[in-house]
Amino acid sequence: MIDYYPAAAEIFLATAICVVLLVDVFLRDEQRMITYWLSMLSLVGTAACTGLFFVDESVTTFYGSFIADSAAGVLKLVAYVAVALVFVYSREYLAARKLFKGEFFILGLFGLLGIMVMISAHSLLTMYLGLELLSLALYALVAFNRESATAAESAMKYFVLGAIASGTLLYGISLLYGVTGTLEITELAERLSGPDGFGIPALVGLAFIVVGVAFKFGAVPFHMWVPDVYQGAPTPVTLFIGSAPKIAAFALAWRVLVEGLGDAHSSWQGMLIVLSILSLAIGNIVAIAQTNLKRMLAYSTISHVGFILMGFIGGTDDALSAAMFYTVSYVIMAAAAFGMILLLSREGFEAERLEDFKGLNARSPWFAFVMLMIMFSMAGVPPFIGFYAKLLVLGSLIDAGLLWFAVLGVILAVVGAFYYLRVVWYMYFDDPLDDAPIVAPGSMRVVISVNGLGLLVLGVFPGYLLELCMRVL
Amino acid sequence: MVTVAHYLVLAAVLFSVSVAGIFINRRNVIVLLMCIELMLLAVNFNFIAFSRLLGDTVGQVFVFFILTVAAAEAAIGLAILVVLFRNTRSINVDEMDTLRG
Repeated sequence: MIDYYPAAAEIFLATAICVVLLVDVFLRDEQRMITYWLSMLSLVGTAACTGLFFVDESVTTFYGSFIADSAAGVLKLVAYVAVALVFVYSREYLAARKLFKGEFFILGLFGLLGIMVMISAHSLLTMYLGLELLSLALYALVAFNRESATAAESAMKYFVLGAIASGTLLYGISLLYGVTGTLEITELAERLSGPDGFGIPALVGLAFIVVGVAFKFGAVPFHMWVPDVYQGAPTPVTLFIGSAPKIAAFALAWRVLVEGLGDAHSSWQGMLIVLSILSLAIGNIVAIAQTNLKRMLAYSTISHVGFILMGFIGGTDDALSAAMFYTVSYVIMAAAAFGMILLLSREGFEAERLEDFKGLNARSPWFAFVMLMIMFSMAGVPPFIGFYAKLLVLGSLIDAGLLWFAVLGVILAVVGAFYYLRVVWYMYFDDPLDDAPIVAPGSMRVVISVNGLGLLVLGVFPGYLLELCMRVL
Repeated sequence: MVTVAHYLVLAAVLFSVSVAGIFINRRNVIVLLMCIELMLLAVNFNFIAFSRLLGDTVGQVFVFFILTVAAAEAAIGLAILVVLFRNTRSINVDEMDTLRG
């Protein structure tokens, strides 16, 4: 008898998406707000399902291919919040560009469903299906504005590189399947820990899987798609790609590398160290040369991925909680940063160049301050949350005996602080290029202010979130 | 006598051909889509060979899922290609260079 309750949230969301899709077909363009509110309602319902069936110990179901545990519950709740933020921030921008269509919300919810399946995957097959559900929704979202040639070009690049990543991951999975004869993650770990566990074929499979994971994270040298997609996609889609899928990438690395291939930690530790150093170096240094804010944030994402990978390198439970803490705080920061671009944009104008933030203090002191909090948090200035996240992952490296790497990480973080602080300099010490008032609706102003203040509050009181990450992992 | 090793070598060769095709080809996006399809089929070869070797059907079930997902993926890839062609009147890989830096 299959127990369906652990998957209640996924089943509810899948049903809700079908309802939204059906209702949306019968709506006229001016009634599109109904789709928006139905999507928000589905998110609330899904969150309620997750909360209602929250389990403290782990439960597997569907013949061991699906798992519900407390870490999955927490990660999913963060993903709901991130997607809700995306919808709130995007509404006005989409409406001003005649892009306020049902597809955005439906594809967004399908992407969320893929993220949830990945978080709860307990077999390599479930993991692959969740990954494809997320990726296919994202490819379509990037090409969502059909009039834009750059969006189509970046969608094509994203599609081709994403498909290569999936193919590489699959090839690795097929080799592991050949060695162990199973796809279930716990069983995989058991069979690999046996006397003739890690031979050459399993290591080759592992290498392919690490490449696939690095592609999905956007770690150097598999980062080519990140800047092009971030810049070319419509900004609400960039906001989506920049936030919630990072949780999915964390879940992919955690379930497959740590839980499934934990015995080979010494083998993949070296690979991740190389990926992490390259990501920190390339991300932080190339970002300095950017004039487009979306592209700059793309390189900043690459450097943050380098920090997230540090937690996996440590390998202990504490190090993993540090990586989870970093991922959650990065998602909140990224949502706020791309939200600011949407806030300053208006009909016929994209606030995506760095110059567009010049003199923001003169135009709106409050939002200049919100942007200052976001930039300080990303740079890792205390007392914002980004500081504690960096402190934790660097601490985990020192615990693992990699002091030289922690020092290198700090140096590169200081290099990275330059381009965040440059934005702050522009806002406070330069004259504005245009004096147009900010037209964003009240709901968005309130939510983005709360989002920005959240970075400060969580930074001053990081204990609760930190304890949560420690307890669930 | 054909053994599992032969199938694995064939799959590895097909996989390499598809990766080489993606990186060497600079002219046509449709060829890229064909290479991606070939890559997935190479993986299918692996799964079926292992499934037969181990006497376990899970590998064959995985192949059905890969085939289904590959169909969906091809549909989305071609849809993006149509959007690209409408906007730029070209499917040349070399001309996809407006985003850089």
